[in-house]
Amino acid sequence: MKFLHLIWGNLVRKKIRTSLTLLSILVAFLLFGLLCAIKQALVGGVELAGVDRLVVRHKVSIIQLLPESYKARMEKIPGVDLAVHQTWFGGVYQDPKNFFMQTPVVPDEFMAMHPELLLPSAQAEAWKKTRTGAIVGRNTANRFNFKIGDKLPIQSPIWGQKTWEFDLVGIYDGREKGTDTTPLFFRYDYFDESRQEGRGQGLVGWYTVRVKNPADAAAVARLIDEEFANSPAETKAEPEGAFIQGWAGQIGNIALIVASILSAVFFTILLVTGSTMAQAVRERIGELGVLKALGFTNGQVLGLVLAESCLLSGLGGALGLGLAWLFTSRGDPTGGLLPLFYLPKTDLLLGVGLCLALGFLTGIFPALQATRLRVADALRRM
Amino acid sequence: MSPPASPATPLVQIASVEKIFHRGSEDVLVLADLNLTVPTGEFLALMGPSGSGKSTLLNLIGGLDRPTKGTVSIAGERVDRLSDRQLAGWRARHIGFVFQLYNLMPVLTAERNVELPLLLTSLTRAERKKHVATALAMVGLSHRAHHFPRTLSGGEQQRVGLARGIVTDPTLLLCDEPTGDLDRKSGDEILDLLQALNREHGKTIVMVTHDPHAAARATRTVHLDKGRLSTAAAP
Repeated sequence: MKFLHLIWGNLVRKKIRTSLTLLSILVAFLLFGLLCAIKQALVGGVELAGVDRLVVRHKVSIIQLLPESYKARMEKIPGVDLAVHQTWFGGVYQDPKNFFMQTPVVPDEFMAMHPELLLPSAQAEAWKKTRTGAIVGRNTANRFNFKIGDKLPIQSPIWGQKTWEFDLVGIYDGREKGTDTTPLFFRYDYFDESRQEGRGQGLVGWYTVRVKNPADAAAVARLIDEEFANSPAETKAEPEGAFIQGWAGQIGNIALIVASILSAVFFTILLVTGSTMAQAVRERIGELGVLKALGFTNGQVLGLVLAESCLLSGLGGALGLGLAWLFTSRGDPTGGLLPLFYLPKTDLLLGVGLCLALGFLTGIFPALQATRLRVADALRRM
Repeated sequence: MSPPASPATPLVQIASVEKIFHRGSEDVLVLADLNLTVPTGEFLALMGPSGSGKSTLLNLIGGLDRPTKGTVSIAGERVDRLSDRQLAGWRARHIGFVFQLYNLMPVLTAERNVELPLLLTSLTRAERKKHVATALAMVGLSHRAHHFPRTLSGGEQQRVGLARGIVTDPTLLLCDEPTGDLDRKSGDEILDLLQALNREHGKTIVMVTHDPHAAARATRTVHLDKGRLSTAAAP
């Protein structure tokens, strides 16, 4: 710490150069934070997927419906603990851009399947008693300022042009930070009775199946598909994580795209900061010679230069990551398309590690150059 | 400041020193068979034309360079045998430098510049502050402690340099043309201070200079010419 004023003094010696370098690092780490949040939004659900849960959909496409009767048949398959269904409602609240997912579910079994959704018991009771009752996640409730007791008019172009009216009876939270709290869930019995005649009565969108032993998930998935093989509605069962991965994979290999962009950004920053540090050391070779003449060892000179580069990248990185954290902590900026948009702590730690690595890599070569200086030669360059 | 040591004790002993610089395929003999003894408490002036080897000799005494041949002993310690790391520690403990161009850190205040050598000691912050205040008071610059070098005159900068040189109370003060970049008045002030350090505090000083007026302040003057001592005036 007693050398801090010397390190700081050297860092701010060329204010414009240091500010521009700092800004470059800040932008790089801001970009890092935002890209990590986007990656999390697109593939983060994979990490949160239940290891004991399978998703069973129509073999042709998820938009093809499955019979509601499959539930009972699936629950008879060895290894299956519970099967619950959902159906894509595709409703619009006031304006098409106000997108959030809605699906009809059977309240008791749905909540049993998804313990990561936290709903107060009184609200759960109210849901069971209210045929038109619906619950919505905290994220959407906050976004539209929904309150319990509100009536929510929603139009669905899929299930008839009428306006569906739901009574908001509950607002659920997520057990973990990454839990999606944007969807609205309402009762399947109300849905099935009210959808227009001939629009799929007795049919549902997809099933979520809980297996008794996660280790048997693959075998149970195979048994489910065999059970419905050669039927009019064959199934494709897969672990929930793989299902979410498949969704994200439609856009492309998100992780690879993010890694590629970040590699290019950090390579550029490495060159920019490295060049700044090399120039900074070249400009004060005489001063480094004076320090050595006064008794600073090569190790101490190495430490001073390295500390300077680490301080520079640390400051830029901390500001960039801090801004990214602030921005992402406000939640989904798209209004519903990226419900899991946040900067995970692991990525934040990775960012801190990158800061230190950047500081070390950009400082080590100029620092080694400084240690190799002969004092008498360096003093002549004052 | 430590009390004056016995003037009889030889502090610097240079025996049969030769220094050769290699420039490409050419060997340049800078110092040849040089012998010099500086007793404790002496104020020695080293004079000679440019390229005579004065600064090289000063570098050898200060442990900034090593002789090609011969021995350099300071206070009985063979400096030429120390490793780079040992030399750095030895310089921090025993040597104070004053340079012609002051060589202050432009990013540090006068006070912080003077404090630099003390950062290598185990002194506490309060102790360092006290030492710095004493050194600045000795050179008459207490009132400029918080000024950066660019706001000080040449004479003031050199006084800061001198304060930095003496703040650790070194065994030996080495001055490389300390008045070479100053006007006569400022130069005289620096020479007054050096003389006072030598006379009142018994500080041993070796000063390289071109200026006979400056050399006249020393207790002894030696002349170097083409790497050899040509004259050695008795104190």
